[in-house]
Amino acid sequence: MTTQTNGFKATRRGFLAGGAGLTLALMLPLARGRAMAETAAPFAPNAFIRIGTDDTVTVLIKHIEMGQGPYTGLSTLVAEELDADWGQMRAEAAPGNDKLYANLAFGAQGTGGSTAMANSYMQMRKAGATARAMLVAAAAAEWGVPAGEITVSKGVIAHAASGKSSGFGALSQAAATMEMPADPPVKDPSGFTLIGTDRPRLDTVAKSNGTAQFTMDVYRDGMLTVLVAHPPKFGATVASLDDKAALAIAGVEMVRQISSGVAVYATSTFAAMKGRDALGITWDDSKAETRSSAELYDMLSTEAKTGGRVVEESGDLAALSAAATLHEAEFRFPYLAHAPMEPLDAVIEVKAGKAEMWFGSQFPTFDKPTAAAALGIKPEDVSINVLLAGGSFGRRAQGSAHLAAEVAEIAKAAGRDGCFKLVWTREDDLRGGYYRPITVHRLKAGLDADGALVGWENTIANQSIMAGTPMAAMMKDGMDSTSYEGAYALPYKMGAHRIGWAQAQSPVPVLWWRSVGHTHTAYAVEVFLDELLEKAGKDPVQGRLDLLTPEATRERGVIEAVAKLAGWKGRTADGKGYGIAMAKSFGTYVAEIVEVEDQNGFPKVTRVWCAVDCGVAVNPNIIRAQMEGGIGYALGTALFNEITLEPGGTVAQGNFDSYRMLRIHEMPAVQVEVITSTADPTGVGEPGVPPLAPALANAWRALTGKATYQLPFAAAVA
Amino acid sequence: MKPSLRALAVLLMVAAPATAQETLQPPAAFDSITDQTARSAALFEEMGKVLQSPRCLNCHPVTGGPTQGDDMHKHMPPVVRGEADFGAPGMNCSTCHGSENVSFATGPGSIPGHEPWALAPLSMGWQGLSLSDICVQLKDPARNGNRDLEALYKHNATDGLVGWGWEPGEGRTPAPGSQADFAALTRAWIDTGSACPQ
Amino acid sequence: MTTLTVNGKEVTVDLDPDTPLLWVLRDELRLTGTKFGCGVAQCGACTVMLDGMPRRSCITPISTAEGSEVTTIEGMQGPEVTAVQAAWAGIDVPQCGWCQSGQVMSATALLQMVPSPTDEDIDNAMAGNVCRCATYVRIREAIHTAAKTLEG
Repeated sequence: MTTQTNGFKATRRGFLAGGAGLTLALMLPLARGRAMAETAAPFAPNAFIRIGTDDTVTVLIKHIEMGQGPYTGLSTLVAEELDADWGQMRAEAAPGNDKLYANLAFGAQGTGGSTAMANSYMQMRKAGATARAMLVAAAAAEWGVPAGEITVSKGVIAHAASGKSSGFGALSQAAATMEMPADPPVKDPSGFTLIGTDRPRLDTVAKSNGTAQFTMDVYRDGMLTVLVAHPPKFGATVASLDDKAALAIAGVEMVRQISSGVAVYATSTFAAMKGRDALGITWDDSKAETRSSAELYDMLSTEAKTGGRVVEESGDLAALSAAATLHEAEFRFPYLAHAPMEPLDAVIEVKAGKAEMWFGSQFPTFDKPTAAAALGIKPEDVSINVLLAGGSFGRRAQGSAHLAAEVAEIAKAAGRDGCFKLVWTREDDLRGGYYRPITVHRLKAGLDADGALVGWENTIANQSIMAGTPMAAMMKDGMDSTSYEGAYALPYKMGAHRIGWAQAQSPVPVLWWRSVGHTHTAYAVEVFLDELLEKAGKDPVQGRLDLLTPEATRERGVIEAVAKLAGWKGRTADGKGYGIAMAKSFGTYVAEIVEVEDQNGFPKVTRVWCAVDCGVAVNPNIIRAQMEGGIGYALGTALFNEITLEPGGTVAQGNFDSYRMLRIHEMPAVQVEVITSTADPTGVGEPGVPPLAPALANAWRALTGKATYQLPFAAAVA
Repeated sequence: MKPSLRALAVLLMVAAPATAQETLQPPAAFDSITDQTARSAALFEEMGKVLQSPRCLNCHPVTGGPTQGDDMHKHMPPVVRGEADFGAPGMNCSTCHGSENVSFATGPGSIPGHEPWALAPLSMGWQGLSLSDICVQLKDPARNGNRDLEALYKHNATDGLVGWGWEPGEGRTPAPGSQADFAALTRAWIDTGSACPQ
Repeated sequence: MTTLTVNGKEVTVDLDPDTPLLWVLRDELRLTGTKFGCGVAQCGACTVMLDGMPRRSCITPISTAEGSEVTTIEGMQGPEVTAVQAAWAGIDVPQCGWCQSGQVMSATALLQMVPSPTDEDIDNAMAGNVCRCATYVRIREAIHTAAKTLEG
């Protein structure tokens, strides 16, 4: 499979530091003529906004909507500067188009790293301001009044002195002929009327009555449904294939070998399932991963003991030898599947040398050239319709573009034009790899007689997510920061410290999983720190505040806010345990406090308090929802989830009976406080996740005295 | 695809308790016990291999909801007994369990089904009880659904849901023996005075 | 041949009798509001009403639905589903949305049988519907809201 990097130039962190200045520089308003040619709407001042004669304002959303809320959030930014009424706003997915719809954090079209709001904040506001200025200019020309006297509010353009007023629609055609302002002013935040207030989501109704269209809902004339038999061991290949029985099943039209396995093409989903089940395949395991999870843990543990390559180093760790209290621990984190509710799927239609695709493409920049290469056509002959995704949590953000490659290979292998829908089953999803990497942290730290940190050593051993994919372009000197992000540059006064990373190798494909490296680094750091504080006889909240550096004001802010919200009284009260953890991820600061009960030897989380500082809170409603959801996602995972390789290398789990999801009766009450801030907004899709598991472990240890060094709890506690 | 799934299914079977592999001895095998009461109790103990198999015990809990699987783990999704031994309003037994066993379309295993499909009443709960206690309870019309011994025989010999225990669908170990074997043992147990083991 | 009623219309299909109702609804009738999430009755995304009771369509062979009345999310009518959908919109329950048809079906079934459910009633009825986005806090709140609406 061939992929192109397509100028994937900025590192994720690099851009986030860059901020809004860059967004202005890269704003790409379309020439009017071209915009008009591409859309039926009379007024399309740029690639993002279409205003219809019926007053509707449609915002083209360059980020995939997978539940995290960009349809609503980005539309809010436009509506704010346009002074539109929320009721006239609509959201639509922008198609795959690198030039028009790049994530300014990446320089390429894609969604990830909780960057949607951060990179769009100024771009979408400018887009809205542009449209507003042109509407005002049109009104001024038509009414013969000075533009400066015209006001716009809730979708009404008005001139008080003459008593004239109009909606957007009536002026939309005239607006399209106005000069586009080069740099329209945006509002001072004090003038915001929509940003900062709760907005109802634009996609709720369609998602409550079954009309929302996802990839699996696409049906086209003559379409065949395709299931692929993937190897049961990672890295295995097809040795021999007997497709006779499969082809004998009614509805099965073709069987083809492709690079990822054996594809069964059928006229219905059930026929494809039966056909796949009837395949006779022997697999060549010579290049496959045959080690079990237990063996992988042993290997990672050995690697972690080497200290790895230096990530961050300061001071002399010899200080540790003089420590009054020395503590050491090894933490183990399993492979994790993302398990989005909509399993992976994609539709492709090939006709006369061109291909059109419909799917939840999270990285169109990679998906398009990869599909083109598999089909042997030019990237510009592939078009991608980005559809709503039934969850992703990182699973659809593929540097390898393996899903696009698979569906394109399916189309190519068919040997004819046609439409094909690739569907993964839940078993394919859970056994299909692209997991959060299995990881070991080895920590050692010491305290002086006063309980202050004198030294801290942490070595992380795991596979690199980016190595071997186009993302490798983001690595520096062979170091993959997503493997250890959150373990270095900590906001605490660490004393002498050394953070190391040992890169492990395995054919098991790995991928970012909601909050990526922070999924394990926040746990190791915040649990280990909590243990140190306990040894020093310090309160978990006050102890953290005492350890924070003076610069860590936002970390301090969320810790203080969550302690106040929860009415923090200490580690235990009324037979319940309480734990806190704080993590900064993707520019957003989150602290959480967990309340836990002992239910027959297993933790039962009853309440969670959360304080989040994500800069300007564009839509507090969605921020709270993402914190609630992130907490539930993290809780289910911490309690129940692991993907285990059996001896020989097959995956033990297959469906939700063995990879168990959090259910409603296990969901705690959640209270979220969104910190008021004027800082530029940062993301909220991922940052709710990292603090939950360590806060839970700290609460559980407070209640039971038991430390949890291996996740999930179901494996550690049982 | 299939070989690996099969292999996994086999692995799961290996984990099944040893009792699940058993067959039932015919009544004649107990002829050597001359004391009729002792023979009757011994016959019931043989019946107990069925009564205490996971296929029967899973839906004869003493409280709350059912268990499932050969290892009798808590039913997932979690379900409660409900007022009619049929689950909760909004999610009762028939939300998932239909009129027949249904093999999964995408992997090994099946979801069990039968018409009707419900928990045994609380009075007939067996989990955690000794075989002796089960025997006493089984004969007690106040707790066995007002059945006399003949009705009990008919239940054991012909009831479809009882019979499901020997046709439990892919992924579940059947109860030992067959329903006919179980019926013959029940008949012999009644005929020998329906004594209970101590 | 199997004949059943779907959303009030009689439908006859000539399919493998083992075909799950889910795939008949989706592939044949193009009623795509009913979702595939697991295929093993663990997640509830495929919930429909079968003769008025909630039923996981992924493990319902079409042969066992002969003569039955099936209602999908597209065909739901009545005060309960209206109240549920209004409550869902009122506090923006859905995130990704994939599971929400099933959640709405189960919540509606609950309210049809228990007009003022307790938290425990909600747990018991809804524990079979997985939401990977974990919108559970809002699902619970919205069901209580819908119940209050129905009380009038």
